[in-house]
Amino acid sequence: MFGAGQRAARRPAAAGAAPAAHADPPAVRMRGVVKSYGGREAVRGIDLTVAQGETFAFLGPNGAGKTTTIRMLCTLAAPSAGSIEIAGHDTRTAPRQVRRSLGLVFQETTLDPELTAEENLRFHADLYALPAAGLGGRIDAMLGLVGLRERRNSLVRTFSGGMQRRLEIARGLMHRPRLLFLDEPTIGLDPQTRAQVWTHLAEIRRREGTTVFLTTHYLDEAEQCDRIAIIDEGRIVAEGSPDALKAVIGSDRVQLRTDDDEAAAALLRARFGLEPAVADDGITVRVADGARLVPAVCAGLDVAVYEVVVSRPSLDDVFLHFTGRDIRDDRTGAGGLS
Amino acid sequence: MTATSVGPAPSAAPEPGRFAAEWRAGVMVWRREMIHFLRNRTGMAVSLLQPLLFLYILGIGLSRMFSGPGSSSDYMVFLFPGVLVMAAQAPAISVGASIVWDRESGFLREMLVAPVRRSTLLVGKCLGGATVAACQGGVVLASAGLTGIPYRLGMFAELLAELVLASLAMTVMGAVVAVRTRRVRTFHTVLTVLTAPLVFLSGLMFPVSAMPAWMAAVTVVNPLTYAVDAMRRSVLSHYDAPAGSRLFDPVRWGGHAVPPLLSVALVAAFCAVVVAAASRAFSRTE
Repeated sequence: MFGAGQRAARRPAAAGAAPAAHADPPAVRMRGVVKSYGGREAVRGIDLTVAQGETFAFLGPNGAGKTTTIRMLCTLAAPSAGSIEIAGHDTRTAPRQVRRSLGLVFQETTLDPELTAEENLRFHADLYALPAAGLGGRIDAMLGLVGLRERRNSLVRTFSGGMQRRLEIARGLMHRPRLLFLDEPTIGLDPQTRAQVWTHLAEIRRREGTTVFLTTHYLDEAEQCDRIAIIDEGRIVAEGSPDALKAVIGSDRVQLRTDDDEAAAALLRARFGLEPAVADDGITVRVADGARLVPAVCAGLDVAVYEVVVSRPSLDDVFLHFTGRDIRDDRTGAGGLS
Repeated sequence: MTATSVGPAPSAAPEPGRFAAEWRAGVMVWRREMIHFLRNRTGMAVSLLQPLLFLYILGIGLSRMFSGPGSSSDYMVFLFPGVLVMAAQAPAISVGASIVWDRESGFLREMLVAPVRRSTLLVGKCLGGATVAACQGGVVLASAGLTGIPYRLGMFAELLAELVLASLAMTVMGAVVAVRTRRVRTFHTVLTVLTAPLVFLSGLMFPVSAMPAWMAAVTVVNPLTYAVDAMRRSVLSHYDAPAGSRLFDPVRWGGHAVPPLLSVALVAAFCAVVVAAASRAFSRTE
């Protein structure tokens, strides 16, 4: 069942990943990547392709190999076996080109608090040897993109957590990377600031067409991505669009409250061939397409229906299904990338 | 795929010339050290206090105890190059601390993932530290007249160059420890343990010629010995040292005085070797 589910999840993903059929190399291509530390395998063979322009979420419990994978992707660690290409450049043979193609936003701040916002961006421009012509305009545009234009001359030390994160995103984009990596970009931020960061990310995708690769513990954020991969124990256990992954779980849950639950349940069994479960608070049925069932049920039951609730399977269900763990248990102790 | 991506495909910046790129990154790292230095005026003033106290309180006090031939200001003149080195020591070593601090605070990662060589980053950092250290030492140098050293342009230029070199030597020592250290506290402990003997066994406070043989033997392998000696030779070329004073004996290898230029070359070689070692450790990928 497990294997079948995985295939089902991959098929729509593969179709979605097919780029506009030209020679552009994928943003990320990992083949048989293994990383071991002194005999312990942190990553045990990952194959992964992320197309240009996609927004891709990388999920996994702590210790699943997420951090190690990202360290390898951004050339901070070398794979023990297999190969990684970023925008067509091999991380081992062409690390400079790889770094030039990458923008990085880490979980912990990597800004210099004693410099101003603009100085941090200028430092970045010098590190990446960006042409001096048009640099002022680029800095202005990036600060505008994340709503920090008015604070360009303030020391970063005086910024709130959300402002720092936004400035890091602006900095990560300064050199027009093909691929923007974000490691838990919204962790430790209040819900309002989280929403703001996501608004900016959407704007970035629209304006810069950058491929976005992120790790997150917030499934509502993963939901907004084109594709998701779930990693557990050093392997990718599921991969696909949020909808495709949820389809693996299969059924929607329909909850009914009626005038006479026992009678309604009997009718559901007889007329619709369903297996309803009756409890004190109503009837629960699992069906492939809950929305389609609702009008039929309302018309076809001779009992008065007070309430119908259709719930689609959530990514929480998906995560639990593939890793056997609840992602919320992990959230507090999210590991860093040092 | 993404319904929203309508913008033009982003084009990565054209690959600039390798050397130009490295140069620019190095200059930026150097400039960052300068900015930090200039924005921390209190720290600057405080770290100047120690060498000045050392020179004008301890120096004057100790000079009264010397009963050799010549005037009591001889000891002040003797001590002066050493105090220059001491003035440069704190800022030089703080570069190492800032490498560890950058690692702890996360900023180091911004540099490590940039498309530049790690050795460029390290050299920029060390030169930045050496510049700051030489500036601090330069303030003490400007007070030379108070000790009886005459103001001569050539001598000052020589002393300043030697001061830069001595600063660099101490900076790279800090850096080579820093690239292997993960915690700021560990770094300070290691450096304190290392620098005390280096300072005491350099002929900085008392002459090598007055040391017992076993102690003098250690000074021969101490790079600071040569830095201090070279500076002292520069001062002596413009100061009439009393004949027969052991204070101003040059560093000797088996009875032969080491020429000042060789001393300078030794310190420079030390810097080069240590920077190379630090770069190697710094560049290692997991």
